[in-house]
Amino acid sequence: MATVTRPAAGRRAPRTEWDSHDFPTRHYDLVKEFVIALVVMTLLTAALAAIFSSPDDKAITMARWAQADPNDVIATAAGELAGTTTSATYGAPYNHAAEGQSVLGVPLQKWGGVRIPVSSQDLVLQPLAGVRGDPALSQALGTWRGSTTDQQKSWASAYVDALDKAGGDPAKVATGDFGPVPALAAGLLSVARSGALEGALTSAGTFYGGDQTRSVLLLADGAYLEDTAVAQHLGGDQWGMMNEVGNYPGQPWMWLYTFWYQVKPFSTSDNADAEVWALMMLLTLLLMLVPFIPGLRDVPRWIPVHRLVWRDYYRRHPRT
Amino acid sequence: MSARGSTATAGRNWTVGLRTWVQGLVPSGQALPDRQPVYVASWIYVFGVLSLASFVVVLASGLVLTVGGSLWWHTSSLGHFVNSMHLWSVELFFATMVIHLWGKFWMAAWRGERALTWVTGVLLFVSSIGTAFTGYLSESDFTSQWIAAEGKDGINAIGVGAFFNILNPAQMLLWHVALLPLAVGALVVWHVILVRRHGVVPPLEASAPEPARVGE
Repeated sequence: MATVTRPAAGRRAPRTEWDSHDFPTRHYDLVKEFVIALVVMTLLTAALAAIFSSPDDKAITMARWAQADPNDVIATAAGELAGTTTSATYGAPYNHAAEGQSVLGVPLQKWGGVRIPVSSQDLVLQPLAGVRGDPALSQALGTWRGSTTDQQKSWASAYVDALDKAGGDPAKVATGDFGPVPALAAGLLSVARSGALEGALTSAGTFYGGDQTRSVLLLADGAYLEDTAVAQHLGGDQWGMMNEVGNYPGQPWMWLYTFWYQVKPFSTSDNADAEVWALMMLLTLLLMLVPFIPGLRDVPRWIPVHRLVWRDYYRRHPRT
Repeated sequence: MSARGSTATAGRNWTVGLRTWVQGLVPSGQALPDRQPVYVASWIYVFGVLSLASFVVVLASGLVLTVGGSLWWHTSSLGHFVNSMHLWSVELFFATMVIHLWGKFWMAAWRGERALTWVTGVLLFVSSIGTAFTGYLSESDFTSQWIAAEGKDGINAIGVGAFFNILNPAQMLLWHVALLPLAVGALVVWHVILVRRHGVVPPLEASAPEPARVGE
């Protein structure tokens, strides 16, 4: 014989909604249910892992980037020096180059502050400063550092434009006043090829390099990373945030967040990221507050899916 | 000390206060009851415990991964298998949790002072998404690179990226294996306590219950 449960002392039991402890009970073994569930989920997980494994596409190294698309490395280096890349024109939290995104006029990105300062020029110059035994490169660095900011920008911008006209091929660039920029860009390609670029960016000044911020920013400023992702159907307009390489399920629970990026006005908005985040926070708040929102909380009464859940109960209590 | 003095001291005793609070969290006999209301008879109820069981598998596989370190699974077949366990247990965790959530929505399970149970469930869902996201950022593979490069714009756009730098795998790994699992775990405990405190929500528009019969 088992215990018949009673409402806790002092609990209010509204007459329109009966307390669960007022109802007749039947035997139920919670612990047995959990143990069976644990065994089933463990075996199911192990089976899925054994059959489908998990993806492990190697991270793109700077050497691989330089090998696969050297012209992209050159163009990216020139862009960093000219201040025209994505990271160079980003704004907070990396620099003050832009106001950043806002929601309804509220500059949330700017309010976050520049707490992770990144100089796009240093993404190129700092790794080169560590190179030894290359007099031409040392001279190019000296020329760059000995010139004015306007002169630097003039050289780098001219080289970026020339590369663009040459279809991205440095070998086809027409003669021009580029100063030391071609030598610096070629120097960065050389460091990337050697495999030393990641270390120069992440471990500079410290033995332990756990922060890949500058490496990822430099890599993302080029086209190779995105081209590789798009080829695997991971682009931003390909539901990329929730997809995963190969045929793996990825993060389907992010479908709604990713969905907004695929439709207007978000797909064409300059403030899409801030707007989508604001919308998702609002929707999450609505979901959380469903119990308190008239109309929304009544949907389950209007669409009687609960009749399926409690069909045995309703069959035995036809009055309801 | 007199008996009266002892009683007065007990009234100010923090230990007694904490004990009383803990004992009052769940009605007597409802922490692990061996009976449930008769209307608890549907497969939809299984998905709550399935998501809890999946969470245990997620934690266990994650803990095994921590033994070998963040790069172990790239170089060891055993590590790769454990990583696969971790991935698929997360997929199952979300699948069962979403079914559980929708089931509770259609049951309007927030009725009868159960709103906080619903709220903690939604918080669990959201914090689990954050935990999984940092997991993808901690894979140290191409997926991590791409998700970091893509995801940073959203995080930065609302000013959070200045403090929560998803391009920093060391920071993300610690969030993934410490802060967020603690948050999810605490929410799971809170959620389960609330479920046991209020019991399983009765059917919508249920009629007045018949007197409970012992041994039914």
